Formats: sequence, C-alpha cells, structure tokens
Amino acid sequence: MKHVLAQEKLRPDALESVEGLSGQDVRECYQCGKCTAGCPIAADMDLPPNQVIRLLQLGLADEALRSRTIWLCASCETCTTRCPREVDLAAVMDALRNLALREGVRPTVWAVAFFNRTFLSIIKRYGRVFEMELIGRFNTGSVVGAGAQSTWAAIKEIARRLWKAVYYPFMDALKAPKLFLRGRLKLLPSLRGRKTAKAVFSDVRKLESERGGDAS
Amino acid sequence: MRYAYYPGCSLHATAVDYDESTQAVARALGIELVEVPEWSCCGSTPAHSTDEVLATALPAKNLLAAKTVADEMAVCCSACFSRFKFAQKHLEEKEELRARIAEILPVEDLEGMKVRHFLDILARDVGLAQITQAKQRDLDLKVACYYGCLITRPPKVAEFDDPEDPRSMDDLLAAAGMGTVPWPYKTECCGATFSLTRTETVVRLSADILAMAKEAEADCIAVACPLCHANLDLRQSDIERAFGVQYGIPVFYFTQLLGMAFGLDRDELGIGRALVSCDELLASKGVA
Repeated sequence: MKHVLAQEKLRPDALESVEGLSGQDVRECYQCGKCTAGCPIAADMDLPPNQVIRLLQLGLADEALRSRTIWLCASCETCTTRCPREVDLAAVMDALRNLALREGVRPTVWAVAFFNRTFLSIIKRYGRVFEMELIGRFNTGSVVGAGAQSTWAAIKEIARRLWKAVYYPFMDALKAPKLFLRGRLKLLPSLRGRKTAKAVFSDVRKLESERGGDAS
Repeated sequence: MRYAYYPGCSLHATAVDYDESTQAVARALGIELVEVPEWSCCGSTPAHSTDEVLATALPAKNLLAAKTVADEMAVCCSACFSRFKFAQKHLEEKEELRARIAEILPVEDLEGMKVRHFLDILARDVGLAQITQAKQRDLDLKVACYYGCLITRPPKVAEFDDPEDPRSMDDLLAAAGMGTVPWPYKTECCGATFSLTRTETVVRLSADILAMAKEAEADCIAVACPLCHANLDLRQSDIERAFGVQYGIPVFYFTQLLGMAFGLDRDELGIGRALVSCDELLASKGVA
C-alpha cells in the first residue's frame, strides 16, 4: 500500500493519545517484522502489524486508525511476547481501537465493532453474557447494521453470509438444539451479577462525563 | 487450600462441563473453591477493545468481591484470567488509570490479591506428587496438550510457564498416568474471539491445530480454556465440511481427563456434553 507523507496529514496529537493509552514508545520499534511473521491473522490484514507501527512512527496515525488491521487483531499477544524491542504491540492495537471509537472513526471491520457493542450492552443489562441473545442479535443485526452504514457494506455482508451458508449450511442454527440437549445453552439470562456490572457501568459513565466536562 | 472461584460466563453456559469437572477435581484433591459472590462478566475482549477504564474496572470490582472470601482467586477461562492479570498490572503501572479507577473503587484494597489459573494451582500448589497419589486408574491415551494464547502470553502478565513451549499440562497429565505427544502447536491461536464475527478465520486457524494434532498421532486434545474448546470441538464439523476432511478428534478439558484418572464418574465430569463424541475412543481404551 502507498502512503503519502504530507504536513497536513500528520497527527502528533493522535500519536500522543496512542502512546498515553498504550504506555508504549513506538520509536523503540526497529522494523524487524517479527510481529508480522508470528501473527496468525496477518494474511487477512490490509496492513501488516509492523507497518501499523511504522505509520505511527511517521506521524500518520489517521491511516492506522482507518486500517482493517486494528479490528482484525485477535489480541493473541504473540507479537507482544516475541518483540525483541519489547514493544507491546497488542496494547498499541487496543489503544488504536479505543481512540478510533473515541474519535468517531468508522470501524473498518463493522461486524467486529458491532459484536463488541452488542456484547457490552448485554453484560450491562444482565451482568453476565447471555449467549442466546448475543448470537441472535449479532446474526440479525449485522446485515441490518451493515445496510445502515452503506449499501455496499450490506451487499458485502450478505455475500459473506451466502458464502458461509454454502460452506456451513445453517451452521449456528443447527448447533443450538444440540447444545440445548447437552445442557449447554440457557434459555434465560442469569441476573446474579447484575448489581456488580451495573455499578461499574454507571461509575465509568460518570467518570467519562466528568472528563468530557473538563475538556470543554 | 481455599480459593475464591471465578467461573466466568462461559463456565455457566456453553462450558458447563469445564465447571463440573473443575469442581469435581477440586473436591477429589481437597481444594476448597468458594464462588465469588455476585460475580459479573470480566468485560472480555469487547471491553478492552472499547475502553480501558471499563476494561480495568470490571475485573477490579470482581476482585474486590473475591477478596471477601479468599486472598487468592482461581480462574479457569484463560480469557478471563488474562483480563484479571492485565487489570492488576495496569493498576500497578499506569498511574493515571489507577487514579481514575480510584475515584470509583478502593483500589488499594486489591494489594496482595492473587489471580491464578486453575492449571497453575494444580501444577504448583497441589503438585505432581499429589496428582500421582490421587490416580486410581491408568488411561491409555495419547493427549495433545493445547494451551492456546492467554494462559502464558504475554509472560510478564500471565507469569506462568513457558510462552513458546509450556509443559505444565503435559506434566500434570503424565503424573496422572497419561501419555502426551510432543507437537509444535501448543500455543498457536485458534481465533478465539472471532468465532461469530470472522468464522472463516477461526475455521482456518483451528483446522491447522486439528491437523497438527492428528499428524502428531494424538488420540484427543486437552484444553484449558472454554474458547479453545468451542473452536476446536463446536466448530470441528464446520472445519471438516470446509476442508473435506474427517478429524473426529475428541476435545477434553484437562480437568475432565484428570477426573477420569482419579476414577470419578463420567456424569460428574460433564463427559458427553461435547459435540465430538468420545465414546468410541474411551470404549477402545477400556474406559467406561
């Protein structure tokens, strides 16, 4: 991929945020590529992990924030474990995802961001994951949601579904009764952790609004 | 030995067999597990992908609840384990984050609280000698021990075993009389969190792991994480269909295998809840 280095594209503020959030100094990286060599997902990425760091080093944080790579990272921690310069690359990926959401950058892998949002809304409501609702909302919502984003995204999502349907007929729908019969699928959510999670979500929101207040 | 016990969401749902076998093995070894009162989800990957404060506060709140029952907390899910260890490390090292969390939670109360994977507790606190003592029968199985990502990675956070060639599970199962195979995919990633969102990726990665276990001539795979189990067992039929191959490799939680060696009952260990049947394998080895 070709990147143009121009004064107006530089984002030192974003780099500062990423370094603050991740606690990492990206200049430590000497571009050996060991992170990319060991990354199980690198083949699916638009930018290899080491190039995400390179973009940050060059000040092109916006391109890193808009990459598919940050949403395809599986947080497996292989890169972080193997980096000879001890750069915690998985922490940088987290920081980029956090910052992309904070800045309202449209997540380039919509399904992953939608899954995360749905997951968090479920634990906020029930305290614990309720798988039936998570799977149901994700599977129905990802086509509708992609459509709300753009027609092209919806077409791609439907194509992806069709492809899945050819290879794995009725994949998850067929599994549900099997899991249910084996006592592994609950029909109702457990509410026993509700108070615990609710308190955390409301406290964190209070903190966020205070910070928002400081900024303005 | 008394530990606070954090099952996590999976062990109360799709991984109920991991919960059952953990409790049964703990009973057999005289380990007291006290469930964390009113525990909630740790936030998992969706939280740390979204907001650092939320991703730290959820585990911190649960750790505070755990502290009311014991000073050490046992965790079975490697993903939950990782989130707790990360939260502790971040609270220790990131001053600004610590100050913010301190506004909502008494973080100083977390000092000295230890988070341990159940595998670690068996390997280091119980020890191999006691495992061998508890053995009631030999299981003539060749097991591929699959550790996955987060139980050992990153080593500075997990503080457990070798991140490239871990041996604790191999040692435990060997002490209980099983054979384990040497194989190079012990810590490869199965795709974990992307089971729903990027199924193609999970199928590709997990297929490699199954193929390697087969090549190493393992009878079955042992795991220590409910997400690894889901991708290798639940998705095994999808993988077979996608690649036109037949693996039929049973996937066990390491606690289920230990429990069988201790002579515990199949039902008590949740054996038979997995989608890939282990009946044929166990019958061929003379295990009822």
